[in-house]
Amino acid sequence: MSVPRADDDAELDKLPVGMGSGAVWVTAAMFPEEVLEYVFSFVEADADRNAISLVCRGWYRIERRCRRRIFIGNCYSVSPEMALRRFPEVRAVVIKGKPHFADFNLVPSDWGGGADAWVESLAEACPQLEELRFKRMVVTDDCLELIGRSFRNFKVLSLVSCEGFSTAGLGYVAANCRNLRELDLLENDIEDNGIHWLSHFPESFTSLTSLNISSLDGEINFSVLERLVISCSKLKTLRLNHSVPLDRLANILCKAPHLVDLGTGRFSADFRLGLFEKLDSSFKACRNLKNLSGFYDAVPAYLPSIYSVCDGLISLNLSYATMRSAELIKLITQCKHLQRLWVMDLIEDAGLEAVASSCKLLDELRVFPIDPYAAEPVSLTERGLVAVSAGCPMFRSVLYFCRQMTNAALVTVAMNSPNLTCFRLCIIDPHTPDYLTQQPLDIGFGAVVKTCKNLSRLSLSGLLTDRVFETIGAHAHQVKMLSVAFAGDSDAGLHYILSGCRSLKKLEIRDCPFGDKALLANAAKLETMRSLWMSSCSVSLGACRLLAERMPRLNVEVIDERRGGPLESRPNDCPVEKLYIYRTLAGPRSDVPSCVWTV
Amino acid sequence: METEVGKKEDELPQLLDLISNEEDWFKGDVGRGDGHILGDLEEEKLELTLAPPGGEGREKLEKLSSALSSAGFSKIANSLYKNTVVGAQLVFFDSAKPNAEASGFQKDNFVPLPLPVTANFGKESSLEANMRMNQSHERGVHSAPEDGVLVKNRSQIRLTSSPVVGWPPVRSFRKNIAINSSKISDVLQNAGTLENRLRSETSNKGFFVKINVDGIPIGRKLNLNAYENYEMLSSVVEELFCGLLSESFYFTVSCTGMGEDAKRAFTGLLDGSGEYTLVYEDNEGDRMLVGDVPWDMFVSTAKRLRVMKNSELSTLFLGAVNKKRADEC
Repeated sequence: MSVPRADDDAELDKLPVGMGSGAVWVTAAMFPEEVLEYVFSFVEADADRNAISLVCRGWYRIERRCRRRIFIGNCYSVSPEMALRRFPEVRAVVIKGKPHFADFNLVPSDWGGGADAWVESLAEACPQLEELRFKRMVVTDDCLELIGRSFRNFKVLSLVSCEGFSTAGLGYVAANCRNLRELDLLENDIEDNGIHWLSHFPESFTSLTSLNISSLDGEINFSVLERLVISCSKLKTLRLNHSVPLDRLANILCKAPHLVDLGTGRFSADFRLGLFEKLDSSFKACRNLKNLSGFYDAVPAYLPSIYSVCDGLISLNLSYATMRSAELIKLITQCKHLQRLWVMDLIEDAGLEAVASSCKLLDELRVFPIDPYAAEPVSLTERGLVAVSAGCPMFRSVLYFCRQMTNAALVTVAMNSPNLTCFRLCIIDPHTPDYLTQQPLDIGFGAVVKTCKNLSRLSLSGLLTDRVFETIGAHAHQVKMLSVAFAGDSDAGLHYILSGCRSLKKLEIRDCPFGDKALLANAAKLETMRSLWMSSCSVSLGACRLLAERMPRLNVEVIDERRGGPLESRPNDCPVEKLYIYRTLAGPRSDVPSCVWTV
Repeated sequence: METEVGKKEDELPQLLDLISNEEDWFKGDVGRGDGHILGDLEEEKLELTLAPPGGEGREKLEKLSSALSSAGFSKIANSLYKNTVVGAQLVFFDSAKPNAEASGFQKDNFVPLPLPVTANFGKESSLEANMRMNQSHERGVHSAPEDGVLVKNRSQIRLTSSPVVGWPPVRSFRKNIAINSSKISDVLQNAGTLENRLRSETSNKGFFVKINVDGIPIGRKLNLNAYENYEMLSSVVEELFCGLLSESFYFTVSCTGMGEDAKRAFTGLLDGSGEYTLVYEDNEGDRMLVGDVPWDMFVSTAKRLRVMKNSELSTLFLGAVNKKRADEC
């Protein structure tokens, strides 16, 4: 996207207005800036805002001053100074750091993604900042302290899959963010240095509406938690962690029956007389409950206590509930209005068939493997997926781990659910073919891509040849994110992807025989994408050097943890272990660790 | 690699033919013999990758093939090819980069499968494994799959094969569930009444906290779950430390009647009437007097115990107040 110069000139641009045979030319002077600003304030989507800013210089100038939210998909794509110079009035910033494959330990821990630079710039330039959301970034305690100190009106802090901070930092946030509304701590690696940060919320604190501590490791002081729940009367979301047993939950629910989103803690308790009745009545009082999650170490005997809320549930996350299929079915079939279901493969095909017949509004399904390498595989196959696609007309998004698949099943799913927007299938053993025909799954995935015209996210698995990539390149017009593993035969595969896939923004590849030719032939494509990750492929250092030379606005990062000598001195035919390429306006970054080299 | 891409271009017409046949696939006639064409392609590609160094490789291939057939493990070899990470990785990866560094890198991911047919599977060179796979594939590509055998072999293999790094793509927060799951399934299987099940869960827990006494350098550990109230705790503490106290006194002041004094010292631990008082450190790091909260709450929040001299207690109290003030600054 080309960016017009950010200048302050008051040049009046002419805008064509009107359709049909005659166009009326109107000058910008006819619309005072305030009016335009007001109109723009109704436009929230980033893509639309970007489009507005491209109309003319005047609109660019007005739009940039009134943009309140920015989304930085790659923290290194632009420098904080540049971003904040353009959008000085920003109130909400969302930033993502490490590549997605960092979730699966493919990215070295010291790779980068530090939030310090961003928070420091924000502290200086945007004291009115209200919302910060970080994903896969390294956030230090100093950062958190700075946040607590610098932003008087700070309302929302969301840290997802981050690391680098401790309970001390959280304590600082709790103590100093007087207007905090949302605190979302999901799946972070938090150092526990004994400080019980939850008690750092002052007695007078009442503004919390959302608290997510579901994946926290440590113990929670129940009395502090209860005090918080009582004083924050507007609390809508509360997701507890494993340390909170059912009896405590019952107490809390009694005090917060207005919750909309609840994450139970441990769904078990030391034996207490009357606990079931207490839970039952607590849940009955929760008339607004729409989202339910948690269920750690679930004891099925307590499940009937939540039956009263099932009919109102829109989202149910049982992905940590290690219960058998029969018990899961009993619960889920009561949730007639369910739109989102996350569950473990313990549900089995039979369970999914029951879901398909009960949950007609189902939009999103995620099935996680309880134990990918179990000796006794769970009875979850392609049948379950087909059943859901057949029974749920609103089916749009799926993440499915299983062990076997057929082309026929995939074709059926595609035909049943042409509105799929997200299709992520993970067949656990790489290179698994269609188990009936022993053929690659090219036909099946091809059908998905051709039939589901709105497909925006796709993850492939199983035995796949270059053919499937040809189909994807030619038909996956809306796919923005593509994940490929253990697939393809040659460079042609990568070439098909990069020369097609008009909307592609994120491509991540591992263990595929894709190499230099395809990469170099499609160098220009890479600048239209956010990023490309390739690991265990066939790319040589020479190609990276060439690419970096040709494309100055790309950072070509070669990652090599084998410590076999300095990367700069290696010859051109040296194979590259991991490669991360992303477009950037900020040039090579200054915080590369020793295992990363920006070519 | 140049030749490979070239070959692909030659093969394109065949690929196009396959695609035009897709309509038939949609009509439900899935699983015809079209696999034949693909089989040929695969075979040709595999032949490309073979390229053994000199004649050495061929000899090894023959040795392997005879070993396999004599041991009657051809079916397992088939399924190995079709189902393992290792074999397929080698086939595809080797085709692109037949150099030392590549195979070295592969070995990092390469996990030996302890099946009888390949006692030194792990030490087998990637090239040998490649050829073995090829040989078994040639036999197996046109044979009809025998689901029963395949499935059985697959589960055998999976029992012992270790995962590749970062595969399957499951986040670490989800990975620990499996470890606990077998324990939980046992509990579920012992399904009795709700009470039984819950009782069995709680009895598994032991919650040991450290306990120190002022003046005694060595502490002890107590299982708080083993006691039901403060009285029991107090008497246990008395028993534990009585002996120790008299020992230390023995070294400093030798007195015969010291045992009784020591015993007397430990009475009144809870009500402040004796010389010592029982305090604990809770999960927030604060020092608290034992006895204020219900026993259950105490058990769930206590992290360590301390038996303090009453004289120390007052100075400590002042110290704690100062510490809190410092924190708030």
